[in-house]
Amino acid sequence: MGRTLFDKIWDSHVVFQEKDAANGNPSLIYVDCHLIHEVTSPQAFAGLKQHGRKVRRPDLTFATMDHNVPTTNRSLPVIDGDSSIQMHTLRENCTEFGITLFDMISPQQGIVHVIGPELGLTLPGKTIVCGDSHTSTHGAFGAFALGIGTSDVEHVLATQCLWMYKPKSLSIKFTGTINNRPGISAKDIILSTIRHIGISGGIGSVIEYTGEGISTLSMDQRMTICNMSIEGGARAGLIAPDEVTFDYIRGRPLAPSGEELEKTIEYWKSFLATDSETCHDKSVNMDLSRLVPQVSWGTNPSMVVDVTENIPYPEEFADGNVEQEKSAKRALEYMDLKPGVPITEIDIDRVFIGSCTNARLEDLMDASKLLEGRTVSSRVNAMVVPGSQSVKRAAEVRGIDRIFKDAGFDWRESGCSMCLGMNPDVLAPKQRCASTSNRNFEGRQGVGGRTHLVSPIMAAAAAVEGRFVDVREWF
Amino acid sequence: MKSFKFICDKAIPLDMINVDTDQIIPKQFLKMVKKEGYGEFLFYNWRYQNDGTLLTDFVLNDKRYSGRRILLTRDNFGSGSSREHAVWALRDFGITVLIAPSFADIFYNNCFKNGILPVQLERQNVEFLFKNSENEDIVVDLDKQKVVCCDHSFSFLINEFHKRMLMQGLDEIGLTLELESAIVEYESKRRNHSSA
Ligand code: SF4
Repeated sequence: MGRTLFDKIWDSHVVFQEKDAANGNPSLIYVDCHLIHEVTSPQAFAGLKQHGRKVRRPDLTFATMDHNVPTTNRSLPVIDGDSSIQMHTLRENCTEFGITLFDMISPQQGIVHVIGPELGLTLPGKTIVCGDSHTSTHGAFGAFALGIGTSDVEHVLATQCLWMYKPKSLSIKFTGTINNRPGISAKDIILSTIRHIGISGGIGSVIEYTGEGISTLSMDQRMTICNMSIEGGARAGLIAPDEVTFDYIRGRPLAPSGEELEKTIEYWKSFLATDSETCHDKSVNMDLSRLVPQVSWGTNPSMVVDVTENIPYPEEFADGNVEQEKSAKRALEYMDLKPGVPITEIDIDRVFIGSCTNARLEDLMDASKLLEGRTVSSRVNAMVVPGSQSVKRAAEVRGIDRIFKDAGFDWRESGCSMCLGMNPDVLAPKQRCASTSNRNFEGRQGVGGRTHLVSPIMAAAAAVEGRFVDVREWF
Repeated sequence: MKSFKFICDKAIPLDMINVDTDQIIPKQFLKMVKKEGYGEFLFYNWRYQNDGTLLTDFVLNDKRYSGRRILLTRDNFGSGSSREHAVWALRDFGITVLIAPSFADIFYNNCFKNGILPVQLERQNVEFLFKNSENEDIVVDLDKQKVVCCDHSFSFLINEFHKRMLMQGLDEIGLTLELESAIVEYESKRRNHSSA
């Protein structure tokens, strides 16, 4: 019988399995790469120490600081005492256990899911874990990558393995492409997909994204898609590696190189593909030919409309489901929005271009192109937070920082920043933000703050107009 | 880890779908490096006003429900962030059993590492509990995999491994370390074959 790409990665990582695997016993799965950060690792290290255990493979473990680093001048001391303790704790743990750390001041520092691929740690066929739900990002390379809790971080540190029940496989196939459709981006693809399958549509599954709509995307765009797999409830997202993937990997500092890499690529080509579409447990088709820019209106990432639509009525959104209707009513109240109003009539106060979803070089280039010769509305406070120091440098070499600054954006140091507001970058209560991040949950960007998820181009246009616009009209 | 086998208690009804971990424990409480003491911050933004006073209309602040150890809720509980702090906060608050039609994957998995039993029941049975359990005891028996309330008994499914972990309060890492030889063998096999 044929196997999916996911089946193949899974099978090649089973370390141990009780005989009656089908009978409720999990598999022990080997982890090829373990990424850690300051917020979800301290208790794991404390647990290790308490039991006198070692890190089994410090050489397969990599650390960075991203969640609560300040995005202002890095030469100044970190004012927030708690954040500073977490960073200090990570530094100590990495030294004690011999783990490579990309510290706050490292030229490679950045959001963990941005630097993994940049450094060449993210490779096809690997299993990758991190104490962070957006680890799904790395699936864009054909790696099985998933977020785990702190107890599992401790387990992986100690054993380099994880007990897992095999997830199901869901294929989402995209017909049509967004190429040559100015104003439409990968973020619109994934937002409309989550709107379609719902935020629990992927529970218990690994989603493999396939079809012309995916193969025509760049790696930066594919990462945006896989990144938000978790917002559809999925365990992981996957895209089969192809020439676009291999080109991205060539020349990455920690990836294999030269002949060794080319040999490995041949192996990936022969091995890492789903045998036939019928191998998946479930399939969904999405047509991209009529996709338009998306804007979220509610407090979860399935509460999304086309930019040409109005804020929905709760009954309309719920489609007969009482619980959904209640949740939509609550969302409208929290967001202070009225049903029936065009989404383009909503005024915004803040713009955040950043996060592991949309702070790679291409995202910043897309937004900056739109901003050339334009200025941010006087009502709006706008900031760009590059995903990593490498992204920041690459943007500065191209003069992208200048375009942002000239337009009136704040140009910051790299980190998670206002994606979750653990550092000083937060929304004030009632402030409304056009954000390129991935979650519009209540209070996510600051207590009482209101988040609308959009693509980088849509965020840039919103900054200029002070409200959402159908950015296609600007091309 | 603490073991769990059986409980008989009343439930706190949290009648909402898609409760995400950002609500269960907001980010400002992820800055601690310890594993205990999160109970007072559970559902912080829903329990407290900006000035720190209690919001009386939230179920967790309702005196009628105080001290109850079962949380009854709706679909997709624990979605979003992987933060295990969400489970620590529930545990420290005194919750031992969660009942819902479905849970988010990472959250579900995190529960078992901390002595919390997430019970997945059919939607209509959860509905029954919401309608009838206000002042009634609910019995949750892990060994028998049953929830009993008002003379109704509902079975639930749970993986053997998770069940054993909770019933015996197992140290999962210790267990895995006993398989050291299998891990070593796997690593050497991988070294000898292709780099993929
Ligand atoms: S950018 Fe946001 S979603 Fe991504 S890792 Fe950081 S906090 Fe998590």
